[in-house]
Amino acid sequence: MSGPLLEVEDLSVRFDTDEGSVHAVDRMSLSLEPRQVLGVVGESGCGKSVTALSIVGLLPKTAKVTGSVRFEGLELLAASKSELRRVRGRQISFVFQEPMTSLNPVFRVGHQIEEVLREHMNLSRAAARQRVVELLDLVHIPDPARRAEEYPHQLSGGMRQRVMIAMALGCDPKILIADEPTTALDVTIQAGILDLLRELRDRLGTAIVLITHNLGVVADIADRVVVMYAGRKAEEAPVGELFAHPQHPYTIGLLGAVPRAGAAARNGRLQEIPGRVPSLSELPTHCAFADRCPRADEQSWSEVPVLRQVRPDHAVACFHPGEQ
Amino acid sequence: MSYVEATPLGARARRRRILRRRFLRRPAAVISLLIVVGAVLAAAFARWVAPYSPDATDFNALLSGPSREHLLGTDDLGRDTLSRIIWGARASIQAGFLATVLAMVVAVPIGLIGGYYRGWLDTAIARVTDVLLAFPFLILAVGLAAILGPSLLNATLALGIAAVPPLIRIARGETLALREEDYVRAAVANGANDAVIIGRHILPNMTSTLLVQATLTIPAAIIGEAVLSFLGLGVQPPTPSWGVMLNAAQPYLNEAPGLAVYPGLAIVIVALAFNLLGDGLRDVLDPRTER
Amino acid sequence: MSGDAQPVLEVEGLVKHFTVGGRVGGGGRIVHAVDGVSFSIAPGEVLGLVGESGSGKTTVGYCVNRLYEPTEGTIRLDGADITHLSRRGLRPHRRRMHIVFQDPYSSLNPRMTCGQIVGEPLRLHGLARRRGVDARVVELFDAVGLRSELRFRYPHELSGGQRQRVGLARALSVGPDLLIADEPVSALDVSVQASVLNLMRDLQADLGFSCLFISHDLATVEFLCDRVAVMYLGKLVELAPREELFARPQHPYTQALLSAAVVPDPEIQRNRRRVVLEGDIPSPIEPPSGCRFRTRCPLEHESAPRSTEEEPPLVDVTGAGHLVACHLVRRGAEAPRLAEAPAELAGAADH
Repeated sequence: MSGPLLEVEDLSVRFDTDEGSVHAVDRMSLSLEPRQVLGVVGESGCGKSVTALSIVGLLPKTAKVTGSVRFEGLELLAASKSELRRVRGRQISFVFQEPMTSLNPVFRVGHQIEEVLREHMNLSRAAARQRVVELLDLVHIPDPARRAEEYPHQLSGGMRQRVMIAMALGCDPKILIADEPTTALDVTIQAGILDLLRELRDRLGTAIVLITHNLGVVADIADRVVVMYAGRKAEEAPVGELFAHPQHPYTIGLLGAVPRAGAAARNGRLQEIPGRVPSLSELPTHCAFADRCPRADEQSWSEVPVLRQVRPDHAVACFHPGEQ
Repeated sequence: MSYVEATPLGARARRRRILRRRFLRRPAAVISLLIVVGAVLAAAFARWVAPYSPDATDFNALLSGPSREHLLGTDDLGRDTLSRIIWGARASIQAGFLATVLAMVVAVPIGLIGGYYRGWLDTAIARVTDVLLAFPFLILAVGLAAILGPSLLNATLALGIAAVPPLIRIARGETLALREEDYVRAAVANGANDAVIIGRHILPNMTSTLLVQATLTIPAAIIGEAVLSFLGLGVQPPTPSWGVMLNAAQPYLNEAPGLAVYPGLAIVIVALAFNLLGDGLRDVLDPRTER
Repeated sequence: MSGDAQPVLEVEGLVKHFTVGGRVGGGGRIVHAVDGVSFSIAPGEVLGLVGESGSGKTTVGYCVNRLYEPTEGTIRLDGADITHLSRRGLRPHRRRMHIVFQDPYSSLNPRMTCGQIVGEPLRLHGLARRRGVDARVVELFDAVGLRSELRFRYPHELSGGQRQRVGLARALSVGPDLLIADEPVSALDVSVQASVLNLMRDLQADLGFSCLFISHDLATVEFLCDRVAVMYLGKLVELAPREELFARPQHPYTQALLSAAVVPDPEIQRNRRRVVLEGDIPSPIEPPSGCRFRTRCPLEHESAPRSTEEEPPLVDVTGAGHLVACHLVRRGAEAPRLAEAPAELAGAADH
């Protein structure tokens, strides 16, 4: 079995802004196997989007990135512009959260996909046109030939997201990174998109990195889950294991905070996590979750917890892991 | 958090500190501010800053180039160019500020009322403004000044009125956007009347934009005053004004180009400074700082 | 939920149409945002109003709060008809209802301190004077779990969750009989949502106000509400007591909505039956004739051709307050089951 498709090691991202530095990501590591769906879960400000953007080199110039991002052995952070262009869009593609703003409103939808195809794959116009129709069909857009001639504003949110996915799949990438792909969509439409992503992984073998704040989405589609907090990895495990035996108090808190339909939660309270996400202007020299954690002690306040295996294939960065 | 920071003064002081820092990181804005302040002070204290009186003639040095006694030379009547530029700044800056203030006082209420109440009144305001916007600012100003008659006061009035249409558009646009904000809806739900909503919720949130616009209208008015005075529709000689100086310099362009170049430079530098200051302010006051 | 006490809110036949894109003389198109909605809320009751985009749920909330004026229909607050009252006529009634908005960033005036924001309704209604206002503001901050020093801060200095609490404090400052909550937690992080939801539930239990809770998230609605109403394209499709709805959802759209809501449990989520709706939500400018849901209904073939011609009426199918608007659901009979109900799934999880 070949090695991982994507290996992120010790990735750190710092933004230097007018108001000071922001340490968005601190020594983050990830690995993605072929055909795997990796869910990266966290709330706002945890660094999940920044991590994803740094993989494909889409961060603004104010970002200082250190560490290693290796795609099939190639070090992306040190790659030349032409190497990066070959990988980005072709081998690793990206789907953004807001289908409204990620499609160019003045070009027809089919044209935009064609552009990507012709850029990377040197297809003739006719061949590209045909591939566009195939792709739109692949993502289950009815009447694809006609839809290709429409403008983004003529399509609904769900359709636009499907178009984005079609565009991302155009060159048969090995990896699809989807940053909150369903957050802006209605619930019934979201279900369809998740089904689509699952189908694509099964049929085409694309590996997917799915970034979301929604634990339900992760439960639905991910094989493996990484939980992030304040720019660091808090916990990582296969999906069943994580939900059945969460170890990190933050993960436990998150799971307890979500109301579940049908459960007699009426009389119980939702689990609250007191306090708020720490400001990322300094790298804390202690556990980032300490001020909100019921298990914090002296050690939590003086050292940074390192990722450790606490159960088979289940790593946690915590001094007091455990289900209760 | 210390007690000081918890009070409203603390909060405002903190915000001012952040804004000041952002401003100081922009050299163009800082330099522009210095130039603007310098120009205003020079104009205000012209009596002490200018080496000579603007009318003082020196028949020993007619149309002379830069020298030790006359740093920028003299004109055909031996009057010191530098002093006349400093004294001339008064007319330009006065006209610039007053015209802008006049324009704001007229335009902002009109834009506010139209944008807030909508309906036929707003449609009428919008259409009339659109028509007036078709005229370039200077053409409108010249036309109005011609009707009103030549004087600094009339020129200021003409410039002020000519600056009204674009400001109405801005005020109206801001009002239209702001009235959709949830906090305005909350004010309605509070039972507030229109005066409270406009005065406490809409107008205060427009001030950044209006401040920037004012800073950008002033240079247009300064240039406008120069144009009107050049055409004889503004300040009348012998009162110094940059426009008047430009006009007077015409017959001597070959012998003493400085008579046109220096006042011209003054106009360019001051107008540019106001423009860059406005740009800088706009960056600094960007909505990002609100969050 | 007693039927005898006067309802806090009665909405009858509410219709709200908007015109878009017209010139001064006319020629615009009509958006049928709300097309005939009726319900009532008893004192102390929390009614959840659920729907996706285009359902009209927010429009209903704004009409009830008279931020919009209804095109047709009546709204009665504590028995008084407020449907077409002028701004001045509404003033005394505004003390009895208030609203919390979804977006914590745009619901607070950035130029006012949080204390001023919460105190404004008190001043406007003359409920307190000068020093009394500050004392009351401190009480309110305390009630919503905010440190009283925060009343001197500006909104941008507070977090999203804190801002929503300020919004709550503002709404409750007048001591309303009815609170309209328009997606109050949707824009917040999960961990923060939990604390605001807990807070709302506690406040409702303590203060006893009625609440119209608008949301797209059924699980949240279930946590807070006594009864739940489901809307689709401007119409009510189902209205039932909470337990009923989550144990025996009748309308195909309700079932689809419940089925689409992802559950944070991989075992359940991956093994449950799904109802996948084809197509997109139609535009409210041209809603489908007859039953508006027919273009996406998995059971459309069974109700055709009647569903194209006739709108299904809202009928009580159990006699105990479970209303459904579907041609296929008849009184006394069980509706066709498309997927497991959430109560079943939750029950399965306990094993």
